[in-house]
Amino acid sequence: MAMADPDKPQEKATSAGGPWQRLYNWLDVRTGIGSLLHEALDEPIPGGARWAYVFGSVLLFLFISQTITGICLALYYVPSADSAHTTVAYIVKQVTGGSFLRSVHAYGSSAVVIVLLLHLTQTYLYGAYKGRRELLWISGCVLFALMLAMAFTGYLLPWDQKAYFATTVGTNMAADVPLIGSWLKRFMRGGNEMGTLTLSRFFVAHVFVLPAILIAFIATHVYLFRKAGAAGPPSEDPVRPRLPTQRFYPRQVVMDTIVALLMILVLALLSHFSPTELGPKANPADTQYVPRPEWYYLPIFQWLKYWQGRYAVIGIVVVPALTAVLLVCVPFIDRRLERRPWRRPIAVGVFLFILICFVVMGLMSMRDDQRDPSIAKQVARQHEETEQFMGEPFEPAPAISSLAAANVALADPLAAAGKKIYEDQSCSACHGENGIGTNAGPKLTGAAAQKSPEELSNVLRHPTAKMTAGEMPPVDVRDEDLKALVAYIKSLK
Amino acid sequence: MNSSSTSNDGDFSPAADQNTLKPKSLTRRSFLGVLLGFGTVVVGAALSVPLIRFVLHPLLTKTTEIGWSDVGNINEFSSLTAPVKKLIRVQQLDAWRKIVSEKPIYVLPMKDGLPRILSPICPHLGCSVPWNEAKQEFLCPCHGAVFAEDGARVSGPAPRAMDELESKVENGMVKVRYQYFRQLIPNKEVLS
Repeated sequence: MAMADPDKPQEKATSAGGPWQRLYNWLDVRTGIGSLLHEALDEPIPGGARWAYVFGSVLLFLFISQTITGICLALYYVPSADSAHTTVAYIVKQVTGGSFLRSVHAYGSSAVVIVLLLHLTQTYLYGAYKGRRELLWISGCVLFALMLAMAFTGYLLPWDQKAYFATTVGTNMAADVPLIGSWLKRFMRGGNEMGTLTLSRFFVAHVFVLPAILIAFIATHVYLFRKAGAAGPPSEDPVRPRLPTQRFYPRQVVMDTIVALLMILVLALLSHFSPTELGPKANPADTQYVPRPEWYYLPIFQWLKYWQGRYAVIGIVVVPALTAVLLVCVPFIDRRLERRPWRRPIAVGVFLFILICFVVMGLMSMRDDQRDPSIAKQVARQHEETEQFMGEPFEPAPAISSLAAANVALADPLAAAGKKIYEDQSCSACHGENGIGTNAGPKLTGAAAQKSPEELSNVLRHPTAKMTAGEMPPVDVRDEDLKALVAYIKSLK
Repeated sequence: MNSSSTSNDGDFSPAADQNTLKPKSLTRRSFLGVLLGFGTVVVGAALSVPLIRFVLHPLLTKTTEIGWSDVGNINEFSSLTAPVKKLIRVQQLDAWRKIVSEKPIYVLPMKDGLPRILSPICPHLGCSVPWNEAKQEFLCPCHGAVFAEDGARVSGPAPRAMDELESKVENGMVKVRYQYFRQLIPNKEVLS
């Protein structure tokens, strides 16, 4: 790769052009933007631009889209078991464009998985991991795992029935890992049961931890790609390219842009005409609910059905782990420089076999659900409940600090009677509604309630000098009314 | 590859590129650049519309407006001879949160078949003003402001009469819109 001639910018700066040219030159002298652009756009592609190479750029584009929509969603989202579902319902039902934006984010996550699989398949079939590209391949595998983790953690955040039960199953699987399994499950959940701590943990992973690691690995992946150079078509030598090259810009850039635009169009149309739905709030007491994961986890879901009892660990942990290790180690196992797929029958055969297994198991999972009448019925019912919830208008959640809480405190009839005396005696004039205090008098909540009933009765009958100075009159009511008043003041929390 | 700033665009370039500029291909390169830049700006602008609307949602809709609270059946107040204190429930929306609070108000004897409703908050310094049955007047316990049975200012430091709240009768139900007013000024002015 060429470095720009260091003298070049200075030369340009002196040569006057149009105003844009001069602005560009001014910037270039100070930032070196010219050599940056050259580095980014003039990447040589052996054999020229192809539609098969667009997936990496499209993934980068999707990542940016997910980041922007995700940041927007976080504006209205609160990650707690009390608020998560209400705030997502608020986004979907109240906020302008909320349903659309949430759908772009949700469909976007599926799009990421699809394009990832296409990117992986293209790279594998083209043998583009060969020729000193082991680290490039491994960083790609890490990105794959990180993206699946993003999908898994993001799935829980709406805290509806589907999210809650799918994640219950997902975290239960972690318990089958040998030795650290039960610890791992409790670590993910923040305890033995699913709860508000689980949501906090998934939120922090989804929004802070995983994106940070993702960005680091995306940068690494792009850097290693540029270091190794584009591999070109399968007939090309992966180490010393022989084919004539074409620059990344413009033809490949145009192809990438066209596919990215198509992607936007598909996501926007889907989100507009078939927005992602939100189900009723998670109800852990519901024993009927049939949890089903998102489509890309269906093959694993089906696979797990075949493994029960003492051998479950093989199916749940050993086989997936071996598959993952196999995938990561591909460039170390398949070391020949031969890239043409028809000359690599074993490598391509194993890949296609695993791919077909995934597709078949996904299809079997769907067929199983359709064939079992009780499950089909329950799934239909769940769908109906979701439709019903979506049809209802948004219901704001009562704020915890509001009247509902105050009313609970007045369950005691004596305190309720005391509240009436408090109002009648105009205590509220100075001490405020529900004893919250005003400019004219101190609050009665908290500190006042710590006194014993006898002490309270005493100061109400005979205010201290300090109280009298603050214009607190002695309370002149019957003894039983004073008792009620004291009970009310004691109830103020 | 050792090409510096030469442009050769779509054509395959031999490994050792020359530094001669080809005006024709330069034009094509910059034309495509302008087209791509323009396209990006247009699509970017179109995409940012829903994003901006989403972000500006709280500014584009009224979320804090106070609704009407029920006071009671109109028959309850038809034979009033003195102001009577009622507690109403005021509901406010704070985005997805519903805040319910209890507020005291005074319902005055009806005039022309319509009840009048006063806020008990003293326009002087905001104390809650009780109705004094014995003296037949509103008497503020804080600084001694005195108001007549209809809320008119009689004496004391208050700069104006007690504040009347907007009310209406709907299907026999008296409703009121609870609001706060600025203190210490001679004119009634709503605090938002």
